[in-house]
Amino acid sequence: MAKEYRTIRNDVALPYQWALGKTWAKFFDGLKEEKILGTKCSQCGKVFVPARTFCPECFIDMAEWVEVKPEGKVLTWTLVRAKYYGQVKEPPYIVATIQLEGTDCGFHHFIGGIDLADFKKARQKLKRGAKVKAVWSVEKKAEIYDISQFVPIK
Amino acid sequence: MTREEHRIVKGQVMVPYELALGRTWSNFYDYLKEEKIMGKKCRKCERVLVPPRSFCPRCFEDMDEWVEVSQEGVVETWVYVNMPFFAQEIKIPFISAQIRLDRSDSGFIHQIAGIDLSDFDRVRETVKLGGRVKAVWSKEKKGNILDIAYFEPVK
Amino acid sequence: MGKAVAIIGTGQTKHGRRSDVCYPDLVREAVTAALEDAGITLKDIDGVVLGTMPSMMEGVSSTHFYFAEAMGALRKPVMKVETCGSTGQSIGHCGFYWVASGMADIVLVVGSEKMSEGDGQATMTTVFDPFFQRTFAAGAPGVFTMQSMEWMYRFNIPEEKGREAAAMISVSNHDNAMDNPHAHIRMRVTMDDVKNARIITYPVRLLDVCPASDGACAVIFASQEKARRICRKPAWIKGLGFRGEEFFYGESDKAIWMSATQAAREAYAQAGIRNPLKELDVAEVYNPFTYQEMIFYECFGFCPRGEAPDYVLKNTFKKNGQLPCCPSGGTLCTNPIGATGLIRLAEAALQVTGKAGARQIDGAKLALSHAMGGVDQFNAVTIVGSKL
Repeated sequence: MAKEYRTIRNDVALPYQWALGKTWAKFFDGLKEEKILGTKCSQCGKVFVPARTFCPECFIDMAEWVEVKPEGKVLTWTLVRAKYYGQVKEPPYIVATIQLEGTDCGFHHFIGGIDLADFKKARQKLKRGAKVKAVWSVEKKAEIYDISQFVPIK
Repeated sequence: MTREEHRIVKGQVMVPYELALGRTWSNFYDYLKEEKIMGKKCRKCERVLVPPRSFCPRCFEDMDEWVEVSQEGVVETWVYVNMPFFAQEIKIPFISAQIRLDRSDSGFIHQIAGIDLSDFDRVRETVKLGGRVKAVWSKEKKGNILDIAYFEPVK
Repeated sequence: MGKAVAIIGTGQTKHGRRSDVCYPDLVREAVTAALEDAGITLKDIDGVVLGTMPSMMEGVSSTHFYFAEAMGALRKPVMKVETCGSTGQSIGHCGFYWVASGMADIVLVVGSEKMSEGDGQATMTTVFDPFFQRTFAAGAPGVFTMQSMEWMYRFNIPEEKGREAAAMISVSNHDNAMDNPHAHIRMRVTMDDVKNARIITYPVRLLDVCPASDGACAVIFASQEKARRICRKPAWIKGLGFRGEEFFYGESDKAIWMSATQAAREAYAQAGIRNPLKELDVAEVYNPFTYQEMIFYECFGFCPRGEAPDYVLKNTFKKNGQLPCCPSGGTLCTNPIGATGLIRLAEAALQVTGKAGARQIDGAKLALSHAMGGVDQFNAVTIVGSKL
């Protein structure tokens, strides 16, 4: 019976060359200079980080750029312990939705600077709304990891 | 727009798969190890299909009956592939062909080889639509479709 | 047929290599153009249908999520349809059924692709299963060459005649694209250029095959009531058809190609067409390969089996012929896969509403659009007309 349940391994690896377009290119160039740039909608006044070309609500182009503080608050977070194929970071690590000051949306990034050995203590340190600030990578490549992570502000 | 503004990010996505063959296809490969090409016959339309299916695509009925088909057949169509593309499994140049083995009722895809493939004009003299080919087995069997190494033209 | 449905607006990007924009922005370009053409805003859209190649194409899975903002789909119902090459037609059918059912008044349909960002051939190879067929994948040109050779052998078409007719098709499509500002490849070619171009898979050469394009197309469908109220010149959906064949290549006869034949027959039956060659004014046929285009002519009843080359040689399908095929330049000059089938529909709609600009066929009132998907597996046809 066992021989009727054969499986075969088949890995698919495909190469990509993604075009960033002007807006995202400018956003990443900003990170290289340790600046976080958002775009602002002239109609509803909302500021978005990462920068978008157009306002998702109003559907109009956003031409106004705003530099925002690399500080904000944690909207929500989770501790990742599971392993899966193609993970960028070795678990355990914290992924969070962070909203920077002066912006109107959250975005994902890592939170570090917390001892994960004692989960109860970690939960105390990192409550919803906790203030965090960006830590820059030494080597910049104009990508999202130019911010290496966010850490709690005392 | 200057070139500078056309920022491109290079990346790769790798995804691993482990696919189940199911009973019919597992058995097909077991038969290949014994150098037998087996098809399955539909009890309703009586067509014999290679590769075997677990059900007849037209009648939607289970196909239970195994039938050994000939190792020789006719070339229904073929193409000489000499252009490279990513993730090609066979080195170019190679011939991809649709072959219908005697005693079966469908064509299937495999390759024609066993001849000098370097000169296309010479290839065209040997490989013809409607021509006959026969299976050549790989010495080492791995339980995949290349256990049939290729089909070679028969006089 | 359900309730009557019309196309009230279309939009296309400038197709080609669009590394100037990220993929969502490309989609928005087409959506904005379609809204402008229809004279409506996103508020008027009741639902959105999207189609693209499978996620391996651009490496971002679930493009209906990726483009939510870009296609104005926030807080609206969305449907995603993927049928590879025939995607553009499938999403059109989906938009049609949605409005025809009476459950929506106005539906936005968007097809897109950014071929420059991924590896088209490698992606297409994954359509084949990894057990039996993928190993021998000959690439899209290879498969269509196999099919074309089978057809020529079956109907005793001499190689010379096939080559001559295919070259005429290439010249004709390239000429037509010169009048289409959206087209990707816009250059004139001569018969000699085509016959001496680099070999891809013999006898198919470089100018017999389509480019890999970036591009998006959006089409807006509306109910009869809405169309009559807000659109001066609606293009009415007269008939549609869709048929698929078996997955394993070699099981059905691709020289006769029943899925293409029956999809057209179904569309003709709905549209009341008995003599397509006489009754159609324009045919935007899916034509990434010149040789294969002739098989479609036969499947669609434009000419008897085996005689397409003869009809081509008599100039039947040129811009000034009895049945102009692909006055837009066709897929041969522009192929962003997820958009392609929809571009055929958009072009057909432009023709029957007199909005096709320099590529307009005078007096066009009834047009066919079509696309094929998979490894010669699915075929879809949509017929539009100026009268309900």
